[in-house]
Amino acid sequence: MDRFSLSANGGILAAGEFLITSGDNVKLYDGHQKTKFEIGELHLTSHRLIWHNPAIESAHLSLPLPLVVFLEEETGGLMKSPKIVLHLAPAHGSGASPTANFVKLSFKQGGEKQFKAKLHDALEQKQWEIVVRQKARGPSASMPKMRTGIGGIERSIAQKSKLRDTEISKAFQDLEKLMEMAKPMVSLAKSISSKIRDRQGEVSDDETVQFKSYLLSLGISDPVTRDTHGTGQSYYRELAKEIFWILDQPLQESGGMMTLTDVFCRVNRARGLELLSPEDLLNACKALPEAGLPLRLYTFDTGVSVLQLTSHTQEALILKTKEALEQSGSLTVEELSKASGISVILAKERLLSAERSGAACRDDTVEALRFYPNKFLTC
Amino acid sequence: MTEEFPWQHAFPPFFTLQPHEQTRVKQLEAWRSMILDYCQSHQITQFDVQEIGQSALFHNKTIQRRLSPEDLLVVLEDLRSHGHLEWDGPAKSRRKAHIYWRRPEEWGSLIYNWAQAHGMTNTVCTLFEITQGDDAQDQAFQGLDQDLLIKALKCLELESKAELFPDQEGVKFF
Repeated sequence: MDRFSLSANGGILAAGEFLITSGDNVKLYDGHQKTKFEIGELHLTSHRLIWHNPAIESAHLSLPLPLVVFLEEETGGLMKSPKIVLHLAPAHGSGASPTANFVKLSFKQGGEKQFKAKLHDALEQKQWEIVVRQKARGPSASMPKMRTGIGGIERSIAQKSKLRDTEISKAFQDLEKLMEMAKPMVSLAKSISSKIRDRQGEVSDDETVQFKSYLLSLGISDPVTRDTHGTGQSYYRELAKEIFWILDQPLQESGGMMTLTDVFCRVNRARGLELLSPEDLLNACKALPEAGLPLRLYTFDTGVSVLQLTSHTQEALILKTKEALEQSGSLTVEELSKASGISVILAKERLLSAERSGAACRDDTVEALRFYPNKFLTC
Repeated sequence: MTEEFPWQHAFPPFFTLQPHEQTRVKQLEAWRSMILDYCQSHQITQFDVQEIGQSALFHNKTIQRRLSPEDLLVVLEDLRSHGHLEWDGPAKSRRKAHIYWRRPEEWGSLIYNWAQAHGMTNTVCTLFEITQGDDAQDQAFQGLDQDLLIKALKCLELESKAELFPDQEGVKFF
């Protein structure tokens, strides 16, 4: 703790020093022991750590960053807060006081991970050295001008901000490279997908389907967004087309029917980044007949909503269910779902529809609800 | 003696009241005729609801199905609405009932036809004669339950085909 210096004007930053981040409700520990410095704000600048209790205006403790040799983390628990441990260089001068060579910053309110990361960066960047170097250069370059003159200050400020920009862009360099590579890929995908749409390319049907499935898995198909089509009916119509395009194959495989919740998941997964809200999805489904697509929104009496291929109409399904019942004598909801490879919800709806049309009758017992072919009406 | 029931009795859904309108109509129809046949062959004219609910009629042990008490009441109410059943005691209690596998009106017609055939119109006849008399030996209503007989004659009264004496011992046919 003795490496902290108490100052009355610790809040003022030196030239070239800038504030990086702050933390609230931080308590200082001298080694493992608590100190009276609790509930304070901890500020990290490029040069030092400043601890300040806002209740006591004058109390500013600052620790120069160069003294921090090593950083450690202590994870929090139920009763204790997470802490950052700062291992410090041995104090020069008086070596008599038996204080520990480390201090702990206890983050009562959390946020220590971010603080630690920034502290780590600050220690790496060693801003305090740069400024020193600049100060050394400054005067030699401006010999004819006064070192403390306004011009000199202005120049040093300009140089510092330029340096800051370089640092920042250095940090983001990797990301930009990635974005650069992605750009041609995205534009290529866009051009191919528009070619497919306009059918101007020399792409065969199989390839088209394959390519579309690749795009789907990458999540960079050209999604219909409010930017491209605005709101209103044309938006929903275009969305309806997109939904049909996404679901056609899966629907064929799963018996022509899919609950709206499944539709929502699949469509958003396919779109990747430009997610669809439930209302937009619902409105798009309602616009399906308008868009002239062989897909319909159908709501059962129980309230379950599904998207259904028109080829798999209710009558066809009821007939199928009837056949299944006759084949096995009787079926429960679970048995039908297993036999037909459909979800339990859809199996239940099918059996209820069959019952409603008089093709099935029910046997309700404590053990199970079973459905039989409706012999009452056939015998 | 194993009870012979129609196919519905071995069909599990028969013991669940069907929600589908059309199906239910058929189901209740089947229950009606099954119950009436059973009562006729066992010479049951009245019963206790709980007791009969446990009989083989309403409880098929082989397929382990039985009609629930609520559903049983629905079936019995249906019988009543078709004139085959009458509650005994306060209507709300529904613990005992008379069963008419032939409706009182039907009995009335039979008796009146017999009376006509035997030239008994415009004459007086005792109730005893109708059920126990020599002339009624091979008639279906021979030995008919007294209460039911009176009901049957009352139906004829409504049709102005007969008049029951106040002492309920005799009747005049018109």
